[in-house]
Amino acid sequence: MGKKLIAAVLFLLLPLSFAYAAGQDYPLPNPKDIMARPAFPKADQGLWPCSQCHSGMPVNYKIRKLTMMHQDVVLKHMPGGWCFDCHNPTNRDTLKLFTGQTVSFDQSYLVCAQCHGFIFKEWKAGLHGKRIGMWNGKKTYYQCINCHWPHDPKFKSIKPFPAPIRPADIK
Amino acid sequence: MKDKDEKKIEKRELKINRRTLLKGALAGAATTMLPLNRADASFKDFWESFFQKHFREMTVAEKQQVVQRLEQEYERKYKKAIQIGIEPAMPGVLFGYGLDLSRCIGCRTCVYACVHENNQSRDPQIQWIQVLRFKHGDLMNWEKAEKYYDPKQVPEPGYFYMPVQCQQCENPACTRACPTQATWKEPDGIVVVDYNWCIGCRYCMAACPYGARHFNWGEPGIKPADINPVTHYLGNRPRYRGVVEKCTFCIQRTRKGRYTACVEACPVGARKFGNLLDPKSEVRYAMEHKRTFRLKDDLGTHPKFFYFFDFEAGERFSG
Ligand code: HEC
Ligand code: HEC
Ligand code: HEC
Ligand code: HEC
Repeated sequence: MGKKLIAAVLFLLLPLSFAYAAGQDYPLPNPKDIMARPAFPKADQGLWPCSQCHSGMPVNYKIRKLTMMHQDVVLKHMPGGWCFDCHNPTNRDTLKLFTGQTVSFDQSYLVCAQCHGFIFKEWKAGLHGKRIGMWNGKKTYYQCINCHWPHDPKFKSIKPFPAPIRPADIK
Repeated sequence: MKDKDEKKIEKRELKINRRTLLKGALAGAATTMLPLNRADASFKDFWESFFQKHFREMTVAEKQQVVQRLEQEYERKYKKAIQIGIEPAMPGVLFGYGLDLSRCIGCRTCVYACVHENNQSRDPQIQWIQVLRFKHGDLMNWEKAEKYYDPKQVPEPGYFYMPVQCQQCENPACTRACPTQATWKEPDGIVVVDYNWCIGCRYCMAACPYGARHFNWGEPGIKPADINPVTHYLGNRPRYRGVVEKCTFCIQRTRKGRYTACVEACPVGARKFGNLLDPKSEVRYAMEHKRTFRLKDDLGTHPKFFYFFDFEAGERFSG
């Protein structure tokens, strides 16, 4: 009787354990293991910190072409989206999640994760993007913005390395 | 397609049979030919390399002795200290590789990273990785594969790219073809060549269905300054004229836990490497979540090199 009960309980628990394993996600890598983001292109031209101008400026939510500043920022990403899908209107030195939580620029991947959940999961698993270091130990993760510029994220085409020498070209 | 491949197998088996007959004779010839490819060796070195045991039969002390002798030889030849590792396979590890065809842009960054890491001859040119270009819809139409594409920019619309290197078969045809046992599969699955045993008969090259083995027709042309001095006996140590070489999954790196040079160089992150026996490894993730295939798997070679692509573009944006 007791054995049967145990067997029955185990039998009932089995699918649950499978469901648990299937739903298990890869953990977020330790921020120390994430590659540093590149410096802002115009950091040396007084663009950082952003708050030096923005702390006293009214926030403009209107979707428009910027003319007075940041003329080079033209969104080629998520049609219909706007700066404040990612940037924080109340503290321009940070980014913001849909939940309202602020995120530092060093963790912009958390912003991307909101809309690209599937890719983000694959990134954590080591499939999307790239990791360098040890296959059996410490790795450094490239973060999204190491490969995708957030305002125009399509991976840019590059010049290929030279083709191999054709046998006919060998003297 | 199928018929053709079956014929190929038959042909190969025929050849192998003929080879086994030749084996004895060639093995005899091999021992006398062996040291000739290093004419600059001193008499003592000559003598020692003449009687060098098969690498797999050596004790660690014997391996160290051989490696020491070779390091001295290399130093004389290249005027540069070259360190030769003998790290054995790690227990519980079977290396596997995944390549994401929906990401690869055909830039050949991996090709040159490999050449530098693994001391391939620059002139004459030897490249362990070959990148093939196919038109969309022409996947694995080998007659139409283009190796010499040279556009200003990649990727080119309407094409995709497939890098091919040693597929590290679980059932390799090449090792069986070798009359001197100079090439074999290691316990971690890497197919290696002992350049001091290879007699340059190139049977293995004929047996390999992937064109992944390369022959040193001449003295390898590489400037001492360009030599990567961190090497492995079974990997990227400098080669000799008249020996066969191939990708070893960067044995000098991966046996120390590091990723291969091509994985780290790929700008789009299309290359994945890890332990097939570890369910958490990224190669296993690819195998379980992607559409994967292996090159010419119907030949029974069972490559440990997996190509994969996404199930459907739509899925990528979900969530
Ligand atoms: C030198 C002053 C200055 C600095 C520094 C600066 N901005 Fe701005 N920013 C402006 C001005 C001016 C505008 C309005 C442009 C317009 O309306 O054409 C603007 C507009 C914006 C907007 C559009 C929404 C809005 O409120 O108008 C965003 C988003 C933004 N800035 C983000 C940043 C970020 C992020 C940084 C730091 C990396 C930064 N800015 C640094 C001056 C600055
Ligand atoms: C998809 C989210 C996203 C959107 C939408 C977005 N940004 Fe950004 N932006 C970022 C991230 C992430 C960074 C930081 C990049 C880095 O760390 O290098 C950034 C950096 C910046 C910078 C500093 C770097 C530079 O290019 O000079 C400015 C200025 C900026 N954004 C302005 C804007 C403006 C203006 C808009 C709206 C027109 C906007 N951003 C829309 C995510 C976004
Ligand atoms: C508010 C939602 C949202 C956020 C946040 C967001 N994206 Fe996107 N992204 C989209 C949508 C929608 C598309 C598809 C439409 C398109 O092609 O522009 C897209 C497309 C892309 C593409 C494909 C572009 C192409 O043309 O192939 C890349 C790459 C990308 N995003 C990267 C990022 C990165 C990196 C971040 C974080 C800095 C990010 N996204 C944040 C919504 C978002
Ligand atoms: C090693 C570089 C690299 C990193 C890191 C990386 N990506 Fe990508 N990603 C690519 C390449 C290459 C493509 C394919 C080319 C393209 O469409 O832009 C791509 C494609 C995409 C796409 C388009 C959909 C698709 O599958 O083609 C999205 C969305 C995207 N990446 C989001 C992200 C996000 C979010 C992150 C961070 C969690 C990230 N990427 C990290 C290289 C990278």
